[in-house]
Amino acid sequence: MTPVSEHDPDIGLFTVLREDGSADPKTDPNVPDAVLLRGYREMRRLRMIDAKMIVLQRQGRVGFYGACTGQEATPIATGLIASEGDWVYPALREQSVMLVRGFPLDAFIAQVFGNSGDVQKGRQMPSHHSGRSVNQVSWSSCIGPQIPQAVGTAFAMKKAKSGNVAFGFMGDGATSQPDFHAAMNFAGVWKVPCILVCQNNHWSISVPTEKQTASRTIAIKARAYGLPGVRVDGNDLLALYKVLSDAKERAKNGGGATFVEALTYRIGAHSTSDDPTRYRSEAEVNAWKKKDPLDRLRKHLVLRGLVSDAGDVAMDEELSAEVAASIKRVEALPPPDRASLFDDVYATLPWHLREQRDALVRGPSPVPHG
Amino acid sequence: MATRQLRYREALREAMIEEMERDPNVFLMGEEVGHYQGAYKVSEGMLEKFGDKRVVDTPIAESGFAGIGVGAAMVGLRPIIEFMTWNFSAVAFDQILNNAAKVRQMSGGQFSCPIVFRGPNASARQVGSQHSHAMEHFYATVPGLKVVAPAFPKDAKGLMKAAIRDDNPVLVMESETLYSVKGDVPDDLSDVVIGKAQIARPGKDVTLIAYSRATHIALDAATALEKVGISAEVVDLRSLRPLDEDTICDSVRRTHRAVVVHEGWPYGGVGAEIVDRIQRLAFDSLEAPVLRVTTLDVGMPYNAKLEQLCMPQTARVVAAVTKVVARGRA
Ligand SMILES: Cc1ncc(C[n+]2csc(CCOP(=O)(O)OP(=O)(O)O)c2C)c(N)n1
Repeated sequence: MTPVSEHDPDIGLFTVLREDGSADPKTDPNVPDAVLLRGYREMRRLRMIDAKMIVLQRQGRVGFYGACTGQEATPIATGLIASEGDWVYPALREQSVMLVRGFPLDAFIAQVFGNSGDVQKGRQMPSHHSGRSVNQVSWSSCIGPQIPQAVGTAFAMKKAKSGNVAFGFMGDGATSQPDFHAAMNFAGVWKVPCILVCQNNHWSISVPTEKQTASRTIAIKARAYGLPGVRVDGNDLLALYKVLSDAKERAKNGGGATFVEALTYRIGAHSTSDDPTRYRSEAEVNAWKKKDPLDRLRKHLVLRGLVSDAGDVAMDEELSAEVAASIKRVEALPPPDRASLFDDVYATLPWHLREQRDALVRGPSPVPHG
Repeated sequence: MATRQLRYREALREAMIEEMERDPNVFLMGEEVGHYQGAYKVSEGMLEKFGDKRVVDTPIAESGFAGIGVGAAMVGLRPIIEFMTWNFSAVAFDQILNNAAKVRQMSGGQFSCPIVFRGPNASARQVGSQHSHAMEHFYATVPGLKVVAPAFPKDAKGLMKAAIRDDNPVLVMESETLYSVKGDVPDDLSDVVIGKAQIARPGKDVTLIAYSRATHIALDAATALEKVGISAEVVDLRSLRPLDEDTICDSVRRTHRAVVVHEGWPYGGVGAEIVDRIQRLAFDSLEAPVLRVTTLDVGMPYNAKLEQLCMPQTARVVAAVTKVVARGRA
C-alpha cells in the first residue's frame, strides 16, 4: 500500500496564491492576464447576483435561492477552462458555470423567477438551472444523481471519441450517497473523460464534514476507486485553474477521470430556508472570510497592476447596472402560459394530456377525470 | 378528560417523546433531527432530552440510514426514521420495498421489522417537481407496509404512537403545510387506531373522501357547497393501508355519491383503489360515477400560478361535486 503523506496530492493542498498575494512560482499556471481578468469580473458579478437574489427572496419576489458566496472560484474556473463541447453537471453551488460559458443573464435570472423568460418554463425550483445551449444539466433536488450522469455523459463522449469532457459536481455531503460511490467506481473502471469535483465547504446544512465521513480527506477516497484524487485550495482561482486544466488534459488524452476536492467554505446560509447561526460560530465564518476567494484573487491582480480601486468602482457600477436592469426586465415577464403545463411530459403530447390541457384552457375548474 | 390545543408538529413530537419515555428501545434517526432540531422543528428539544444515542443525526444517505434502521429493528430496537421529506425516500426505496416490507414474509416469519418511517409528504409551496411528490401512492401498494396520513393534530399524535407500537413497518405521511395547524388533542387517544377512518363532517348529498392536507381542502369545499345547498360528508381516511372500506362504503350508501380528493397523479394510486372498493362494495347505492380530484398528470411546476393550477383546489372539488350531484336527479 502507498504510504500516506502530506505531500500526496490527495492529502496535501495544492495552492498557488500566497498570503501576500503573489503566485507561488513553483505551482503558478501562468494564466494569461485576459483570462484572469475575465474570471475576476465573473466572480464579482456572481457575488452580486447572489446578493441580489437573496434580497429578492427576502422580499418574497422569488421563492428560494441557494447562493455560492465564498465558493465562486470553482464554478468560475470551470467556466474558464471548459470547451464548447464539454458538458457540466452542477450541484447546488455551480449554476454559474453556464454564465461564464455564455448563457444569457436574463435567462439565468428568469430561472429563479420561474416565469416565461425561463428556458425551463417555470418547472424547476430556483438554483436548478439548465441550458442546452451551453451543455449544462440541472442537478436533481435529491442529492447525488448528477454524479453518475456526468460519468454516463463521459462514457458516451469516449465512445464517440469526441475529445470532450464531462464535469460533475457535488458537495461534501453528497459523498455519503450511493450515487457518489457508483459514479467513482464506474469512472475508475471505465477510464472515462470525466472530472468529478467535490466542493468541500465544510458543512452539509448543519452537519460538519467530520460527521459526514471518517476519511482523512475527501480526495483520498479516489484511491480506492483507482483514479487520481487531488485536493486543491478551493478559494484560489489559479490553483483551481491548474488542477482542472490538468485533469481536462488527462481526460482528453485517454488518461481517464480525476476526482478533485476543492477545499472551501460556505460563507452564507445553506439556502434561504436555513439559519446557520444555529450550528456554527461567527468566529469560524470570520476566519474563512479572511480567505475569501475574490479578495485573494484581487490581491494578486493588484500586485500585478491589473486591477485598481478606481477600476473596481467602475466595474461594480457597470455590473450592478447590468444585473439590476436584467432583474427589472425579467420580473416584468408574465408566468408561463397555462397551456404549457402539459408540454414536455412526453416527446409528443399524448391524447390524455391534450384532453386535460383543453379542459384547463376552457374553464377555471378543470376536473382531470370524469 | 383533558384536552389541549397543539400544533400538528407538537403533536407528533409529543407522541415520539411519550413513546421514547415508555420504551428505551425507541429511537429517532435522520438528517438534521438532532442538533438542528429537525428541518421542520418536529424533533425540537429531543436531542437535549434523550441525548445523541437516541436522537441520531446521520450523513446524507437515506438508503444507508433506512437500512441501518431495518437492521436495528430486526434485533429488537424500534427505530423512527425521519426522511427530511418523503421525496428523499426515493433513494431508500429498496430498503423499504424489498427489505422492511418483506423480511417477515420472506423469512417465513422468523424476523420482525418494527420500524417507523416518517416525514413531510406531497407539495409544500413552490418546491418544484422533485420536492413535491405524493409518495404515499407508491408505498400504499406494497403488502407488508402500513401507511397513515393524518390531517389533524389529534390523529397525528394518535397515529404516531400507534405506528411506534406496531410490530410492522409503518409509514407516517406528514405535511409541511400542516405542521403549524392547531387542533384539540385529548389525553385519551384510544379511538385513533391504524385502519380506522373518521367522519370529519357529516352530510347527506355526497361523500368527499380525503386524507392529510386534502381533508382540509374537502372541508373547505363542503363549506362552500353548503352555501349552494349541497350537504357534503367528509370522510377523513387517516389510514391508507389498511383502508377502512366500511366507513367509506357506509357513507356512500347514505349519500349515493362520492368524490375522492388527494394530491398525487390521477393514474392509479390511493384514489383509484378507493373507487374500486366503492364500485365493488356499494355499486347498488351509487347514483353517479365516482370522480377524483387529484394533481394534474404532470410533474409539479415551480411557478406559483402553474402550481396552483396543478394541485387539487377547493374550486375543482366543488366543480366535481356539482357534476356528480347533477346525475340521477330529474
Ligand atoms: C436525497 C436527499 N436527501 C436530503 C436532501 C436535503 N438536502 C438538501 S441540500 C443538503 C445538504 C447538501 O450538502 P452538501 O452535499 O455538502 O452540499 P452543500 O449544500 O454544502 O453545497 C441536504 C441534506 C436532499 N436534497 N436530497
